[in-house]
Amino acid sequence: MNATTADVATRQIRADVSRRKIFDQLFVIVGLLIMFAALLVLVLLFLDLVHDGAPRLNWDFLTQFPSRKAERAGILSAWVGTSLIMLTTAAVAVPVGVAAAIYLEEYAPKNWVTAIIEINVTNLAGVPSIIYGLLALGLFVYQFGLGQSILAAGLTLSLLILPIVIVATRESLRAVPRTIREAAYALGATRWEVTAHHVLPYSTGGILTGMIIGLSRAIGETAPLITIGALSFIAFLPESPFKSEFPFLSFAWLKDGFTAMPIQMFNWVSRPDPKFQVNAAAAGAILLGMTLLMNGVAIYVRYRFRKRINW
Amino acid sequence: MQTGTSASEGTTRQGPPTHAVDSRLATPRPSVEVGRPAAAGDEKLTVKSRAENLSFYYGSVKALKGLNIEIREKRVTALIGPSGCGKTTFLRCFNRMHDLTPGTRYEGSIMLYPDAFDLVAKGVDPIEVRMRIGMVFQKPNPFPKSIFENVAYGLRVRGMRSNARVEEEVEKALRKAAIWDEVKDRLDSSGLSLSGGQQQRLCIARALATSPEILLFDEPTSALDPIATARIEELIAELRDQVTVIIVTHNMQQAARVSDYTAFMYLGELIEFDNTSKLFTNPSQKATEDYITGRYG
Repeated sequence: MNATTADVATRQIRADVSRRKIFDQLFVIVGLLIMFAALLVLVLLFLDLVHDGAPRLNWDFLTQFPSRKAERAGILSAWVGTSLIMLTTAAVAVPVGVAAAIYLEEYAPKNWVTAIIEINVTNLAGVPSIIYGLLALGLFVYQFGLGQSILAAGLTLSLLILPIVIVATRESLRAVPRTIREAAYALGATRWEVTAHHVLPYSTGGILTGMIIGLSRAIGETAPLITIGALSFIAFLPESPFKSEFPFLSFAWLKDGFTAMPIQMFNWVSRPDPKFQVNAAAAGAILLGMTLLMNGVAIYVRYRFRKRINW
Repeated sequence: MQTGTSASEGTTRQGPPTHAVDSRLATPRPSVEVGRPAAAGDEKLTVKSRAENLSFYYGSVKALKGLNIEIREKRVTALIGPSGCGKTTFLRCFNRMHDLTPGTRYEGSIMLYPDAFDLVAKGVDPIEVRMRIGMVFQKPNPFPKSIFENVAYGLRVRGMRSNARVEEEVEKALRKAAIWDEVKDRLDSSGLSLSGGQQQRLCIARALATSPEILLFDEPTSALDPIATARIEELIAELRDQVTVIIVTHNMQQAARVSDYTAFMYLGELIEFDNTSKLFTNPSQKATEDYITGRYG
């Protein structure tokens, strides 16, 4: 082949490659546009909330109880209620969810019973939250006599996020390579030792991420809390979990009535006085900020664990 | 020379036993007796383990077909053969690794001497087997823990509480695995921070720490470069005074370099088992000769 025909061949190849690569470039552009559109909506929403709520975004807003006067109303009881409910939710959903995932992933025999359980766990993630609220109203509030308490609310939301925790935990358990399990078994470890010493510690990052994603879902839930009878006007705090005398911790707050951030917002939005709309916007900005913060923590945790463990 | 090793079963491939003592042996070495040193010869040869009519099933697939083999104590036995011949499957019978997969089944026996303990018997707990028999895997698989904790893990599982003793044993194991000098200053850094070859020696140290009676190697160098491979081979050669080794390798040169005995397997059967030098220079079976001369496999 002489130089000129080689040149022609080269040029043809280049033309062909660049023609086919057009689709790559097109897809990058379309993808970026879609992504920015989605992000832009979120950012605009957040900025709008901050702008509308700006007059109330100050320390007093966080330390005042709700009031009939919009300018004196705060979200103290709402954010304390939300925090305590989240604590209860995490304390219930994480141990139960992780234990269920460990059983399904490490112990359960692979047969039709476990297959049905698995399918149903995934399905539970799609059940509308109001259904969980109705279930909780009948079961926790009346049947178990827990009343309209923080405990009932925490249990309700933990039911809601249990499937999320289970699915996320199972995925991170599955990500531990078989070779690592074999190494531990080959040294004479029992199944429990393999799980407790190796599989579980190595998947902590994924489990924590799942937990936080579940909690960020739960923090914004309104419907089930209204269903079980959340109060919208509380001018007192639940009993303090800390005591000055032994045993220093108290769980009396579990029995107290509660309100939560989204309920407080809902209450203010539905009032005719436009000053309350300002309060609602400020509370919305803070709630969104809490959610973003939790997701940020999830991303950081995952990053830290990925850096420590790369197979 | 006869090919099987079993004395009593009289396998079909085995020639008619001319002499009771000779028929126990697949090697030219003098008489080998179970559980105690041989009387003749300057080397003390003891049978550490014997597979008798061992078959293994994955579900309904019969992967191993009635193997008979004797593993000599403190010697290196290599298992060679083409891909899918069952050599790894056979190796993993020794520490009951197959029990982690549902639907697997053993037939026959693998006796471990001196106490004539059947490793694959129905009532035997695989964990008990794995407490006595160590394994090094194909791909280096250190735990994402510190170098120290990697080696200490087997000791901790065995309930060793005293930190002083654990430290002592860890150092001993790392020295045996010829990696002590490279890691002694950074025992706290992650096992994953080491190079591939170092990781594999760490895994060998981890297996040695618990003083296994048999150490199984499943193609230990297939993921390593030639220099790291040479170091592992040297190490295996050094280990033969201390522990009984069974090594699966797809590399015939490696089998020739490191082993005292070699078993050639094909399609789940043991075709020939002999002294390594004898098997490679003067195989008695046509199939073995074809394989080692590269005609198939």
